[in-house]
Amino acid sequence: MVRSAMLNRSGCKKMVSFLRHHLQPADGPCQRVWRVIPLAHLITPAMEDNMNQRINLKVNGTNHEIEVPAQRLLVDCLRYDLGLTGTKEGCSVGVCGACTVLVNGEMSASCLTLAATLDGAEITTIEGLAQDGRLHPVQQSFIDNGGFQCGICTPGQVMAAKALLDVNANPTEQEIRDWMMGNLCRCTGYYKILESIVKAIGPTQEALK
Amino acid sequence: MIDFELHNPNSLAEAFNLLETYGEDARVMAGGTALVLQMKQRLAQPEHVISLRRVVGLNQIEESANGSAGLKIGALCAQQQVATSQLVKDKLSLVAETYQHVATPRIRYMATVGGGLVHGDPSQDPPPSLIALGASLTLTSASGQRVVSMEDFLIDYYETDVQPGEILTDVFIPTAPAGSGVAYLKFLPRTADDYATVAVAAVVTPGEGNLCQDVRIALGAVGTTAIHATQAEEILRGRPLTEDNIRAAAASVKDVVDPLDDYRGSADYKREMAEVFTRRAIQQALENSGRG
Repeated sequence: MVRSAMLNRSGCKKMVSFLRHHLQPADGPCQRVWRVIPLAHLITPAMEDNMNQRINLKVNGTNHEIEVPAQRLLVDCLRYDLGLTGTKEGCSVGVCGACTVLVNGEMSASCLTLAATLDGAEITTIEGLAQDGRLHPVQQSFIDNGGFQCGICTPGQVMAAKALLDVNANPTEQEIRDWMMGNLCRCTGYYKILESIVKAIGPTQEALK
Repeated sequence: MIDFELHNPNSLAEAFNLLETYGEDARVMAGGTALVLQMKQRLAQPEHVISLRRVVGLNQIEESANGSAGLKIGALCAQQQVATSQLVKDKLSLVAETYQHVATPRIRYMATVGGGLVHGDPSQDPPPSLIALGASLTLTSASGQRVVSMEDFLIDYYETDVQPGEILTDVFIPTAPAGSGVAYLKFLPRTADDYATVAVAAVVTPGEGNLCQDVRIALGAVGTTAIHATQAEEILRGRPLTEDNIRAAAASVKDVVDPLDDYRGSADYKREMAEVFTRRAIQQALENSGRG
């Protein structure tokens, strides 16, 4: 038998309790530390030996050829390797939606994606939405309708809303709620976010004409 | 995350070679939503990760070629693809509905059908519905293929029947019998994207004179694997689909579930809810058959 997680039962219980409570790792220097230390420290000595993944990423229309270690997450690649800090990391476990980007047009949690698996992929981040100095209608609508408070979840909210309008140009309010349920706002500004998306539908369709 | 070596094979054949080379030190990754999370938490520490992202041809949903009614779903189909496919909605409404309950749209875009099943998490949505429909899984290795039923595939907590060198390549899901009704009920006391406290899938086929011609019931999140409630089925099969019989069948699941205490409820509470939701799922399926 192959153990899916190479764990015994008590280990599994531990894992489940961690994941279900959406906690950060209790030990180990990985995620929590990564977010507050400068770039140079992101590359640990062990990783230096493993900077062997050469990938091409087309990010917001620009080609980048970069070398990353195997464990580099897309969110860190965007923020630290490419300097695109618009994409935020919130929960680090794929629940909150702050790190939402589009990978080949489909929304993805960049905190759960290994950059080195994406060779040749097209990535769209919040920085890539504005065209010729004009904000995307979803961005404009969030501004016009107060679709944010502290703003940390906003890039993810906007990317998710844009992804929705890409596949469903005229969603109902319920469809928006269902789609956006994976984007959390700790300020609880959900009504304004919903209103911003509803009011972005028309301008987005208009912009496509 | 610990150090590991990443492999991006372009074909299944290359992936099999890598699996043979690295054996138990390697883990296969599809969407990565489960494995990356485990690696971040250091609960999985594979030395080699074999990503299937570049392997093409396993993301098709097609009608069965061998004549039996049902759909063959490639293991690398995104779960969102299954949840929104018109073909799946038409032929396997229970499956489309079940996949709509998985996590959030973003996770469904990333997570694959095969990756989810191989993960072997007992709280996942799809296994109960796949057991209720009698799905079978094709495991492919360099030396051939074998087919395993969904319920035999699930062995224990996060443990499946994938043998060394094997990769799950497709899932065959038969359509529900003619005249049957289906239901998937997911009890979610917390948030919409949560795992179920209790999940129940039921396929009920009423026959002549309100007799239960056939019934399939499976539960999720209340044991070390999804549970096929054969005892409950035996109570109903061939008997009238009366409220008393349905209640008796539902009550029998309390003896087969083995839930854990957690913040979704105590084990006792979940056992009670397993009965309640089994009863409701059978009734809902019966109603959906048009004969309720």
